[in-house]
Amino acid sequence: MGDSAYSFSLTTFSRTGKLLQIEYALNAVANGRTALGIAAVDGVVIATDKKFASALVEGEDVSKVEAITDSSGFVYAGVGPDYRVLVRKARKSAQAYFREYRETKPVGQLVKSTASVMQEYTQSGGVRPFGVSLLVAGIDGDGVPRLFQVDPSGAYFGWKATAIGKNYVNAKNFLEKRFQDDMELEDAIHTALLTLREGFEGEMNGHNIEVGVVSKSDGKFRLLTPEQIQDYLDEAN
Amino acid sequence: LCVGVSSCHRHRHRHIHHNFLRVSKKPQHKGNYHSTLLLPTAPLSPHNSPPTQTHRKQYYHNRKMSILEYNGAAVIAMAGKDCVGIASDNRLGIQYQTVAMDFKKVFKMNDTLFVGLAGLATDVQTLDQLLRFRMNLYELREERTMTPQVFTNLLSNILYEKRFGPYFAEPVVAGLDEKGSPYLATMDLIGAIETTKDFVVSGTCDGNLYGMCETLYKPDLGKEELFETLAQALLASVDRDALSGWGGVVHIITKEGVMSRELKGRQD
Repeated sequence: MGDSAYSFSLTTFSRTGKLLQIEYALNAVANGRTALGIAAVDGVVIATDKKFASALVEGEDVSKVEAITDSSGFVYAGVGPDYRVLVRKARKSAQAYFREYRETKPVGQLVKSTASVMQEYTQSGGVRPFGVSLLVAGIDGDGVPRLFQVDPSGAYFGWKATAIGKNYVNAKNFLEKRFQDDMELEDAIHTALLTLREGFEGEMNGHNIEVGVVSKSDGKFRLLTPEQIQDYLDEAN
Repeated sequence: LCVGVSSCHRHRHRHIHHNFLRVSKKPQHKGNYHSTLLLPTAPLSPHNSPPTQTHRKQYYHNRKMSILEYNGAAVIAMAGKDCVGIASDNRLGIQYQTVAMDFKKVFKMNDTLFVGLAGLATDVQTLDQLLRFRMNLYELREERTMTPQVFTNLLSNILYEKRFGPYFAEPVVAGLDEKGSPYLATMDLIGAIETTKDFVVSGTCDGNLYGMCETLYKPDLGKEELFETLAQALLASVDRDALSGWGGVVHIITKEGVMSRELKGRQD
């Protein structure tokens, strides 16, 4: 990566001051499947849909929502394989942190180091930016629920609620109307599912969406099972 | 110069009786009057230089001096009721020669965290610098103070990184955790951690220090009583150790602040 003959960056400024490779990467994100997240007062929920090209696809073992530490997780919109690289790097960095300090890596630190990796790929030789935007959800030792978005440029933002990927504009408008500062986790999960349904083609069920939740009560990030998702969906009906 | 060799014909000298460890019955090498049988103290291996005029006085003992005893130190820390105390002696020596009487071995990392380092003086100072460096970066990045537990693990990591060429220092960590309860830890020179609730010691007279602590320590001492206990334990221990002493310094850490006092001890 970046050695031998290719020690010059492929991401260069245009005359207008734009980094076109990053713009194009953001286009790849905007074409990806919708992902959203909501930070409630007692937890964070992130969700995405898992539609497959054909009914023959076996999707049970492939997940888009992934835990990074005990108390934090990622979801993405964009190029899946690029996402997997970032998940690996983030997990390794969290373990290295634990080895050094015997403390779980805080969400903020996780975001900073992942963002730093993504930025490196916009300035190093011979590589292209990652074609994903990440949503990072987690709870630190201080008990405050946190939701962050990390873009291909390496820029990161903290959010109360946000959506990325296809249809993200409508989804964000929907969230803006529904979000309240004193929202609790259960409401947040319902709202997240309703928001996903807005842009969903066809019938939504426990097997074609993924939901990840981290709650203040136990501080653990976990994926909801298809049955649990179905229960929430049935309640929403 | 031949020490203790009665069969030396070059010089006339007193026959000095010592219980030297007879390594082997090899005959002496021709022309080499430095005995291969009788071991005067090797200064610090691997430099087995022949005894010179200046080193002569220190040669009448049996033990090999280890690198951890080169400069001499005594460090002690104890837990009280919602407070911790940490103390050290003031001596800096080069083997038996005292070179300073105000050498700091206890360092403040933040208002509720102190670390004491016993061992080779250069490593004591270097570790202080390294720890400050790492801690400052952590506090800038994470925007929060480092807890004593995290600090101890960081220090352990730093030491283990040099597993096969270690820092010759054995640290003692004393602080108050986020809830204000006392935290004590020690480790060996390669980072094996030991946390305790009562006291931790380190240095050339650690045996003496352990004995004094076991005798004098009581749980839940107030800050003045803790100060007295620490001071007495330290002074009595260093008096029986040639390599530590020359007074001391005690820091008592509470939520309200740190109380530091100099100890006047035997200046020998």
